[in-house]
Amino acid sequence: MKMPGKGLISNSFRIAWKDLMELFRNRLGLVMLVLMPIFMMGMVGYIFPSNNSISHVSVGLVNEDAGVGGFKNGSQFFLIALNSFNSQTNMLDISDATSLSALKESVQKGDIQGGIVIPSNFTQSIFSGQQGTLIIVTDNSNPQVSAAMQSALTAVFQQMGAALAKYNIVEHARALNDSTINETNVLAIVQPYNIRVEGVVTGHSSYFDFIAPGIMAMTVMMSVMTGLPAAISQEKEVGTLDGMMVAPINRLSIIVGKTLAQTARGLLQGVLILILASLLFGVYIQGSILLVFALLLLGVFSFVGLGVVLTSFAKDQETAMMIMMTLMFPMMFLSGVFFPVQQMPWYMQNISKMLPLTYAADALRKVMVLGAGIPEITTELSVLIAFGAVMIAIAVPVFKRAMTR
Amino acid sequence: MIYIEGAVLSNESLIMVQNLTKAFGDFIAVDDITFDIKKGEIFGLLGPNGAGKSTTIRLLSTLTRPTKGVATIGGFDVVKQDNEVRKLIGIVSEKMIMYNRLTARENLWFFGNLFSMPRKELNDRIDELLELVQLTKWAKAQVGTFSTGMKQKMNIIRALLNMPQVLFLDEPTLGLDPQSTVEIREFIKKLNQEHNTTILITTHMMTEADLLCDRIGIIDHGKIVALDTSTNLKNSISGANTTILTLEIANLTPDLLATVRALECVETVSQENSSHLKIHAHGDAAFDSIIDAVRAKKANVVSIQNIQPTLEDVFLHITGREVRDTADQKIPLAEHRHGLVGASRGRGR
Repeated sequence: MKMPGKGLISNSFRIAWKDLMELFRNRLGLVMLVLMPIFMMGMVGYIFPSNNSISHVSVGLVNEDAGVGGFKNGSQFFLIALNSFNSQTNMLDISDATSLSALKESVQKGDIQGGIVIPSNFTQSIFSGQQGTLIIVTDNSNPQVSAAMQSALTAVFQQMGAALAKYNIVEHARALNDSTINETNVLAIVQPYNIRVEGVVTGHSSYFDFIAPGIMAMTVMMSVMTGLPAAISQEKEVGTLDGMMVAPINRLSIIVGKTLAQTARGLLQGVLILILASLLFGVYIQGSILLVFALLLLGVFSFVGLGVVLTSFAKDQETAMMIMMTLMFPMMFLSGVFFPVQQMPWYMQNISKMLPLTYAADALRKVMVLGAGIPEITTELSVLIAFGAVMIAIAVPVFKRAMTR
Repeated sequence: MIYIEGAVLSNESLIMVQNLTKAFGDFIAVDDITFDIKKGEIFGLLGPNGAGKSTTIRLLSTLTRPTKGVATIGGFDVVKQDNEVRKLIGIVSEKMIMYNRLTARENLWFFGNLFSMPRKELNDRIDELLELVQLTKWAKAQVGTFSTGMKQKMNIIRALLNMPQVLFLDEPTLGLDPQSTVEIREFIKKLNQEHNTTILITTHMMTEADLLCDRIGIIDHGKIVALDTSTNLKNSISGANTTILTLEIANLTPDLLATVRALECVETVSQENSSHLKIHAHGDAAFDSIIDAVRAKKANVVSIQNIQPTLEDVFLHITGREVRDTADQKIPLAEHRHGLVGASRGRGR
């Protein structure tokens, strides 16, 4: 008897080589392989709402301010503040409109998404010690945009109010000859409380930092979970699987070989995503890049068993793909790849906790965004190892039986 | 070499099948079949589609486990010693076992490697096999670009990589053009004659079974309903050991006619026209004695037609039905009832 281990490994590599040769000769497939992560990253990165996601809301502006004695200080001050806020955020695209009724009509037609009206008594009210009131016309059919508009204008008013208050207090103090209050410390009186946001790691983080690790984990693991049954059921259907089955080789080398090939494919995509994420979206890996790859491989390991079990059950390629789709979508959305798990209802959170992808994405995010090391992700690591080991223990006998039905 | 000579004693049955049964749920694909195949024999399994031919091959080639019964190849059990069996066999299944995106050589290299052949030996073997089927100049072309005939040749030499003692051929000429069909059949015969390879071939084509096989098992609904040489099968339904010949002789003379009539084996001779004779004879040597007698008289034989019951008649007689799949799209040509011009009486003449 020869050593079974040696043959298993060399035959696995032969099968992996064969699979990869086939993959690299498939031009269209290769193009798709590269395009998929680009689409995924671009699409997910841009369509989901992030902090400054709403911009360029087109609004009409009606300035009816009559002013006082030829001075229109109130509305001018507002417009300067609005423009300076807008030049930073690009939130609004402002166009001039003639009247309130024209504004409403334009909103109805869909030409603009909202409007701002400065009433004729705006400056007068402020000068006469009353509140200056603005009218905002919103599109009731699009609450998100009107909310964004309101928050933009609120921010503008807050800035205006603070600036005005600072000015008034400094002037007042000067009139009273109070030297304790000056322009540098006046802010403490106007806005005594302030917030400074500080992350675990320095620097600004975006939504891409949140999704990039998740998408990487998902792509690599999915490629094994879907690629394995697809590849084997395809060979079964075409008949080439018989060619391997009549050779005096360990049945497991077929699975191991195919897994190696699919892992290579998945990692290639994972690396592409990483490169894209850092080049196009400024994602930066805080932790060890080796740990990132180790985690991806561990993710593959945790999914292999599941892939093999599905392979054993799927009689043909079509069934295999249908099972894959059914499992893939819930897993994509429940594993916290796109949305934080914390925003789901409790029962969904519990389901999420049963999926290995949740742990892989979590661990990867901790390493990539928070710069965590192995000690910080031991829970995730042990769950992934345990899940993978249990699934493989189930999968091996199931597969061996299925192959010689 | 992968041969395990010690396991096989010559003159003994290389393949032994006992009460082999395979059920898929309620459907019994192979129903309690028993037969054996001798070393160097070409054994044919003849039957309509769905009769259980392919399942039998899958059982013997370790691809499927039997529900009941035993089968051994070279003394190795197909279930318990499957890897030993695999070293002895090669299989050409109905489907092409070839990767379209790999070249001919890469395909053979991949499958050969799975038999852990030494590099040098495998390389030489691949060259030899490609040469054998005249595909050497296509070695570096992707198999996907090949014609069906070329693919089937690849499919067969792939099965020969490990120099198998037993070759399983599942409908090897199905869907091939007439020329490729002839080439493949010649190749199978050559393989059997030159390398003494034992061959189990399944077919639903009566002529193919007749042309190639030493013995034929007729299989229907999973059961082997008849098993013998082609001649014996046909004789079994004609009731006796009868040979019916029509001879076309250009210089037919009364003297010749009398000579033929006088032969011991000849029962009746009828002269149909100036050149045609129809002879009924009996016994194993009937054909040879008639030909010898005619040749001795310096007769100018234009044609000989051996009118025999065909295997189709045998199948019809045994099962009471025509071969079920005559309407099958895959069958390119209708079988000829009396098409055996040249009077083949088995191999080795």
